[in-house]
Amino acid sequence: MLELIVISTLNGVLFGMLLFLMASGLTVIFSMLGVLNFAHASFYMLGAFFGFQISRWVGFWPALLIAPLLAGAIGAGVERYGLRRVHKNGHVAELLFTFGLAFAIEEIVQIIWGKSPVDFRVPPLLDFPAFTIFSTNYPAFKMFMLAVSIVIFVGLLVVLKKTRIGLIVQAALTHPHMVGHLGHNVGRIFMLVFGVGTALAAVAGVIAGPALVTQSNMAGLLGPILFVVVVVGGLGSLPGAFVASLLIGLVQTFAVSMNGSLAGAFGPLSPDYAATWLSDIWNVTIAQIAPIMPYLLLVLILIFRPMGLLGTRDT
Amino acid sequence: MRKLAMIAAVALPMFGTAAFAQETVKIGYIDPLSGGGASVGEVGYKTFQFLADELNAKGGILGKKVEIVPLDNKTNPQESLIQAQKAIDAGVRYVTQGNGSSVAGALSDFVTKFNDRNPGKEVLYFNYAAVDPVLTNDKCSFWHFRWDANSDIKMEALTNYMKGVPAIKKVYLINQDYSFGESVRTTAKKMLASKRPDIQVVGDELHPLLKITDFAPYIAKIKASGADSVITGNWGQDFALLLKAAADAGLKVNWYTYYAGGTGGPTAVKQANLNHQVFQVGEGIPNIDHKPSQEFEKALRAKYDFSLFYPRAVNEMRMFAAAAEKAKSLDPVKVAAALEGMEWDVFNGGKGVMRKSDHQFFQPMYISSLGERSEKEPFDEEKTGWGWKMVAKIDTAATELPTTCKMERP
Repeated sequence: MLELIVISTLNGVLFGMLLFLMASGLTVIFSMLGVLNFAHASFYMLGAFFGFQISRWVGFWPALLIAPLLAGAIGAGVERYGLRRVHKNGHVAELLFTFGLAFAIEEIVQIIWGKSPVDFRVPPLLDFPAFTIFSTNYPAFKMFMLAVSIVIFVGLLVVLKKTRIGLIVQAALTHPHMVGHLGHNVGRIFMLVFGVGTALAAVAGVIAGPALVTQSNMAGLLGPILFVVVVVGGLGSLPGAFVASLLIGLVQTFAVSMNGSLAGAFGPLSPDYAATWLSDIWNVTIAQIAPIMPYLLLVLILIFRPMGLLGTRDT
Repeated sequence: MRKLAMIAAVALPMFGTAAFAQETVKIGYIDPLSGGGASVGEVGYKTFQFLADELNAKGGILGKKVEIVPLDNKTNPQESLIQAQKAIDAGVRYVTQGNGSSVAGALSDFVTKFNDRNPGKEVLYFNYAAVDPVLTNDKCSFWHFRWDANSDIKMEALTNYMKGVPAIKKVYLINQDYSFGESVRTTAKKMLASKRPDIQVVGDELHPLLKITDFAPYIAKIKASGADSVITGNWGQDFALLLKAAADAGLKVNWYTYYAGGTGGPTAVKQANLNHQVFQVGEGIPNIDHKPSQEFEKALRAKYDFSLFYPRAVNEMRMFAAAAEKAKSLDPVKVAAALEGMEWDVFNGGKGVMRKSDHQFFQPMYISSLGERSEKEPFDEEKTGWGWKMVAKIDTAATELPTTCKMERP
């Protein structure tokens, strides 16, 4: 039992950190531009595929640097030549634009790399178990993932709270129009933020690619849960996203490890009801419903605390 | 007048193709070509195209060219019926499908009803991979033929092999949460209990279909249960990611699977470094010492970037051609009659038979393991260097299970 708890906690933290790597970019973009970027997970996928391709040519470590820069440049381009024009037509147009972009990126990736998973390997330098606990190995690469997430979290916090550009981002969070009126080149800042946000997603992609699987539907698999993280944490709140990522990672992992069901708690259902819909509900285990837990959390948060756990702005 | 000319300009070529269509045998391939199942559906489509080319090189069926019509069903039963209707409207009399027993059930039902209502325009449904046993038992149909061994046949073979491995003490079941996964887990429990009552089933997990990205929590659970073997019917990414998580955690158990050879599977097994610890039950592997099938494998690999995952599709297409030749007709009713009870030299060697009572094809089954190769195994998988090695062969007679089918013939 203790074994399962310790390992589940570790797994939960690891999964949470991966979510945070992606959600950080999404939440920064949202706080700045007020755009819920549906294509965010697609940049995560682009990062993974760029990382895969570049690591083929020059190795993993240069890829970890080049792939996010490339994806960030594409992101900045998308903001400059796409979003900025669409922006005139309001938020709905922006949402639809990013929505369409997500499909376009998926198609392009399928055309270039195909629909099957590609063989993206963990770099040999990190391909060993970091430590063994209860005879379960913890890969060094996952520890690396953890470290990168924490570095990014701290780095982003410092930039946002201590630097001038962070000050402007902060100001834009609460008074976006005022920042423009004060004479800042809002356009360039927007482009920069969008570029940095997408580059962060790409970092997550390069790291998650070898750890999970690199294929053309990876964006669709993690996309929805990102929005849960951002909404639960509070739209635009970086510490919120951090807490929410950890929370969701832990909730999901622990739910999987539980076998409890109503039948287990109250004894088997009387045979009279065996063939009805009730028997399905009675026998379903917590593990089986684990994947919908985050969405349940989303619904509850939206009802009882719409601004999110650490959010400041009521949207 | 101009309008009329325009209509004629549009309509005439359509009549033209309709007239041309008489010259070809169209087979509607209804499977996912987009979405989560696309990687599997794409491989199937190319395989069928390859087989059509093979038949056409020999002059087609009864002198007519074979054409595969791709129809994307997005692994969705509802969408499949729309696509089937579309195909029928375009003159297709034969449809084939494989991915997802939920789709297969809907399609079999649709074809049966359609044929009742449209005598003289019958459509046949060739199922090459949907393995829910119910399709050739309680819900069997005269218009449905299945070339893949159903889930019960595969589990029978797998448990017969496991029966002889004394090292197996504790088994963990992990399957996808839909009709097929449900069928795998119940049959596995039933068969293990009767064949090896000493084996303990220490876990029985169902997880959502094609939605999990990180299986680490499930692996932790398997580890905590102390299992030495895992039985899983997982396919596609659900298998690849499961194995990847096992590799990361250093879980060393034996895996008894249905679809380890699917796209991404062998790569994951290699990454997990499970040398000959992953077993698969199926109707054939590339590394069987049988010349014609190895020649075919070479030709397929030379043309496409994958290995033959569907020997059953080869049997399907070749038997279809043979049945049409035997019936001297492409009328689906006559072809169906010719297929019933047909005996066949199967692709990987040995005898097979399309059982008349339920339209289930019976063929030799193989248990194989993936790992390092000797000279006897010329083919590797997904460029990993590892290949399939046969560990047991089950003859056709030993795979035959009773059926509850009460076939209604036209």
